Amino acid sequence: MFKAVKTQLSYVKRALSNICIVGAGPAGFYAAQHLAKKVQETQIDIIEKLPVPFGLVRYGVAPDHPEVKNVINTFTKTAQLPNVNFYGNIELGKDVSLQELRQFYNIVLLTYGADKNRSLNIPGEHLTNVIPARQIVGWYNGLPENKNLKINLDVETAAIIGQGNVAVDVARILLTPIEELQKTDITHFSLERISQSKLKKVYLIGRRGPLQAAYTIKELREMLKLKDCVTVWRTKDFDNIGNDIIEKLPRPKKRIAELMLKSVKEQENLEQAKVFSPVFFRSPVNILGENCVNQLELAVNVLKGEDISSQASSMTEEKELIDCELVISSIGYKSHSVDLSLPFDDKKGIIQNTKGKVDVGLYTSGWLGTGPVGVILTTMSNAFGVAENIIEDIPKDNLFNTEKPGFSGLNAILKEKNIQIVDWTGWEKIDKYEIAQGEKTGKPREKVVDIKVMLEIAFS
Amino acid sequence: MALNVLRQTVKVKNLLFKTISFRYASGVQPLGQPELNKKEIDITFVKANGSRIKTKGKIGDSLLDVVVNNNIDLEGFGACEGTLTCSTCHLIFPKEIFDILPSKASDEELDMLDLAYELSDTSRLGCQIILTENLDGLEVTVPATINDARS
Ligand SMILES: Cc1cc2nc3c(=O)[nH]c(=O)nc-3n(C[C@H](O)[C@H](O)[C@H](O)COP(=O)(O)OP(=O)(O)OC[C@H]3O[C@@H](n4cnc5c(N)ncnc54)[C@H](O)[C@@H]3O)c2cc1C
Ligand code: FES
Repeated sequence: MFKAVKTQLSYVKRALSNICIVGAGPAGFYAAQHLAKKVQETQIDIIEKLPVPFGLVRYGVAPDHPEVKNVINTFTKTAQLPNVNFYGNIELGKDVSLQELRQFYNIVLLTYGADKNRSLNIPGEHLTNVIPARQIVGWYNGLPENKNLKINLDVETAAIIGQGNVAVDVARILLTPIEELQKTDITHFSLERISQSKLKKVYLIGRRGPLQAAYTIKELREMLKLKDCVTVWRTKDFDNIGNDIIEKLPRPKKRIAELMLKSVKEQENLEQAKVFSPVFFRSPVNILGENCVNQLELAVNVLKGEDISSQASSMTEEKELIDCELVISSIGYKSHSVDLSLPFDDKKGIIQNTKGKVDVGLYTSGWLGTGPVGVILTTMSNAFGVAENIIEDIPKDNLFNTEKPGFSGLNAILKEKNIQIVDWTGWEKIDKYEIAQGEKTGKPREKVVDIKVMLEIAFS
Repeated sequence: MALNVLRQTVKVKNLLFKTISFRYASGVQPLGQPELNKKEIDITFVKANGSRIKTKGKIGDSLLDVVVNNNIDLEGFGACEGTLTCSTCHLIFPKEIFDILPSKASDEELDMLDLAYELSDTSRLGCQIILTENLDGLEVTVPATINDARS
């Protein structure tokens, strides 16, 4: 109700300048927060492909990490500011083009994230039960495009390729006792599948050594403490890590190295428990199987270079075969270009930019501009920084000198295409509905995974 | 081990509850109104650009509570609302104060600190620092949050 009035008001106050932010994830919300605070008399519209906001906070962050999602409260406050609007169910590149947006808005900030995944590019990647981690994350978190994921958990061993926090998240969700998972907002269909899982062992395979592993210490500590699961290391992987090396590491690396070494020393193989097994110095070269994967061939690597943090892996002739009936590739997310005019760096998978600036009046921030690395803090810091640069450019580049129609221009073309726009009130209805559905089964929320249903609820 | 995990969850829950209740309180209560006759002490936040924000905090509150309850303008501070999962509440203490802080950092706090920008030997997470009387006059440095794009 309140929101509807607000929208109409913004039609009246048309003398404003207009900023459009594309993508309602952390980068979009944090940039909006900073701009709303610092730039006077400006309307900020956040448009989002899905009918629902929050990007990877909703669809990436693991269901058993609800505390991380508290940022949603801050984002909600931003969305409710008088000069900020959320418009969901609008996809840049499909429903509206970049050229059109730039005609309607004085400034366009692209924060549409990285929603593709890198492929392994090795033989056998097409085999059944070889699945990108991104899809598994989407499946357990209720991302509409992954709701029908085909995954067979009637298997004993899985190999995850990659050692970032996403890889650890997936390993943890697959190994966590079901009693723990059912208290989270994990989707009911994935919960059911995981409850019948026969999985006993999950490998976490990395190209380089323990000192170069990408996971952070908090995620590792969680694995070490996981109920009914033991972490089994290959002692040999730690052969060259002596005290002399550890003492010289910067504090974060030193602490995680010490934690790993402690765990290596204390490790025991309990009969009953499930096994989490990090494996280092291995690159996948071949996935084997008839229809379904049953083995993974790994090349043995050695490290080259002096500096520990930048040591590169180099394959030797030696190979290792491991039996596994599920292979999960977790070697990174990747952005894509929504418009041919964008200077897109295919190799890095980002839009080329200088401190966020792409062109006069066109900016990017978050994973789309930095690459898919770092935590919400990293994204926040980048978004504040890019927003600050925009503020400096406004007078320099005369960004507010032309009057532009803003949302009314956008709305006109969306109307023509019959596109339903979900505003904040619409999201609040979906939010309420999900929480109510969750209550029925003792979960904090049961996500709606069908876009059609989301729209029905939003417009009910 | 299981007990440890349990304790951790309980702790996190309490913290969460506390922050939320104060969050509501901050909306209705005028600044500095004495609640439960708790004693207040002086605190100064020193921002990266050198500006100083002087405020008061109640004994028993965390430094995150102080920021939230007094609407201190520290952008992005306390994103996870005191649940030890974000490190946006990173603060740097003078050495002599750091040494007398009422609690030492837990492994979990150090884990989060390891992700913070400008980590120093006297860094702590503000949501984990509970005010005591001997912290009266405390001056803490707030590291810059605007990093990447500016450097
Ligand atoms: C599996 C996983 C787990 C994570 N866990 C944690 C964690 O525990 N703690 C932590 O601090 N960080 C975590 N992160 C990192 C964190 O999620 C990112 O730092 C952050 O979400 C990046 O924000 P962003 O806004 O750049 O991108 P995103 O969050 O991806 O937001 C992009 C938004 O743009 C929308 N969009 C995409 N295409 C279009 C289009 N064409 N038009 C309009 N909108 C579009 C998307 O739907 C999305 O809402 C995790 C990341 C992943 C992948
Ligand atoms: S508020 Fe997130 S760690 Fe302190």
